[in-house]
Amino acid sequence: MLHLAGAAKFFGSQTIFSGFNLDLEPGRFKVLVGPSGCGKSTLFDTLTGVTPLDAGTLTWKGRSLPHLGSQAAYMQQKDLLLPWFTLLENSLLPVKTGPGHGQASGKKNTAARKKALDLFERLGLAGYGSHYPAQVSGGMRQRCALVRTLMFDRELILLDEPLSALDAITRRGLQSLLLLFQSEFGKTILMITHDIEEALILGDEICLLSPGPMEIEQTLCPRLAKPRPFDDPTLVSARRQMLGRLQGDLK
Amino acid sequence: MKRHYATAAGIGLALIGAWELWVWWAEIPAFILPPPSAIAQTAVLQAELIAPHALITMAEILAGIGLALLTAVPLAVAMFARPGLEKGLAPFLVGSQAVPVFALAPLLVIWLGYGLASKVFMAWIIIFFPITISLLSGLKGCDPEYRVLFCLMGATFWQKLRLLYWPWALPQFFAGLKVGVTVATIGAVIGEWVGAQQGLGYLMIQSNARLKVDMVFAAIAWLTAMGLGLWILVGWLEQKIITWKH
Repeated sequence: MLHLAGAAKFFGSQTIFSGFNLDLEPGRFKVLVGPSGCGKSTLFDTLTGVTPLDAGTLTWKGRSLPHLGSQAAYMQQKDLLLPWFTLLENSLLPVKTGPGHGQASGKKNTAARKKALDLFERLGLAGYGSHYPAQVSGGMRQRCALVRTLMFDRELILLDEPLSALDAITRRGLQSLLLLFQSEFGKTILMITHDIEEALILGDEICLLSPGPMEIEQTLCPRLAKPRPFDDPTLVSARRQMLGRLQGDLK
Repeated sequence: MKRHYATAAGIGLALIGAWELWVWWAEIPAFILPPPSAIAQTAVLQAELIAPHALITMAEILAGIGLALLTAVPLAVAMFARPGLEKGLAPFLVGSQAVPVFALAPLLVIWLGYGLASKVFMAWIIIFFPITISLLSGLKGCDPEYRVLFCLMGATFWQKLRLLYWPWALPQFFAGLKVGVTVATIGAVIGEWVGAQQGLGYLMIQSNARLKVDMVFAAIAWLTAMGLGLWILVGWLEQKIITWKH
């Protein structure tokens, strides 16, 4: 579905990545793990169009594009909720924007509202729809951001460390919900994180990135049913191995 | 908050008291510097004479503010939407502020006459700049991460403006408007000094020529109250509109 070939990005004389390849099959959950500063956020910036690729091609469903633009939904560490809208209004923003919105959309709006309210309920936000972001906790704001991400109605979701600002308990809860929603709505997910455990719990494919310039050092495809228990022996040994690699890189 | 008001009131009263005492102690004649008590007396007892003039000046100020809003808001949005336009216009905007606009006042009377128009124009020139600049910088101050989010949503420029940029810029817009409404009184009064048949500025010039210094000060007191009133009104509107900031 998404194919990146020979991608390169330079900042001045510094090579962030060069000759970088990435393949994403529909319905898969792919996680890129790497130490901070390895260039994974820059990779996302080129995908979303914040900064252009210096070389290489990006193919989306057989079409060559400069960047993904509005083909993908995007969620990051910051919830990016707008303080002047309620949680429900925030979650409905993807429905209220886009060219051609406003024509014959009454029915669509009602359906979207219903879907958002349903997600609110399942994410423990029932009754908070008319609250403003400043009135609720960080965990609730991030859950609202997740609802907004799902309301994008795009096949591909880009996740940029979406859970790393949360406490351990909230994070666990949201991880299992991510898995649930992925299979339920048939989404394809590309996620970046520096949390090896999170990658092992969530990913169908886990790519270990090494820095300077960034490349995929190793790809892991754990054949374990999800949701995965984090103390599964296979995962424990994989984690040990990956940690060893990353620490090796640091030395 | 209440304590701040009390402090401000205390300082104000102390200054007025010192003025009153000094005039009395130094035996300054009232046609040079009247004591605050005399000014207050004039301002209140002569209200019937002052009020019609104040009404005219207020109308000029409000019209100036309205005109400034009608022109500054579209210009700021246009300059925000087209950075090329901003680069082209910036020298003229800054240049317009370097021109001593008060020096233009006599010309405005020649061009626009002795009526309201020349005063409204004067007030407009003065308020226009702070509103445009503050709104523009507010629009440009939007966090780029939000811009990316809205681009990924496929939002059009007008959708982004309505949902994101405009609310984002509101606090700075109000800051500019507050500056604008307080300096608007200056513009209207200068316009009246140069040539008018009514208004507080006219009243001041007339009273000054007849050494009715207490009336000059009474007019100033009324003007101050009007400027302060407008400032409070804008502050109140700001609180009503920007509900998410407190």
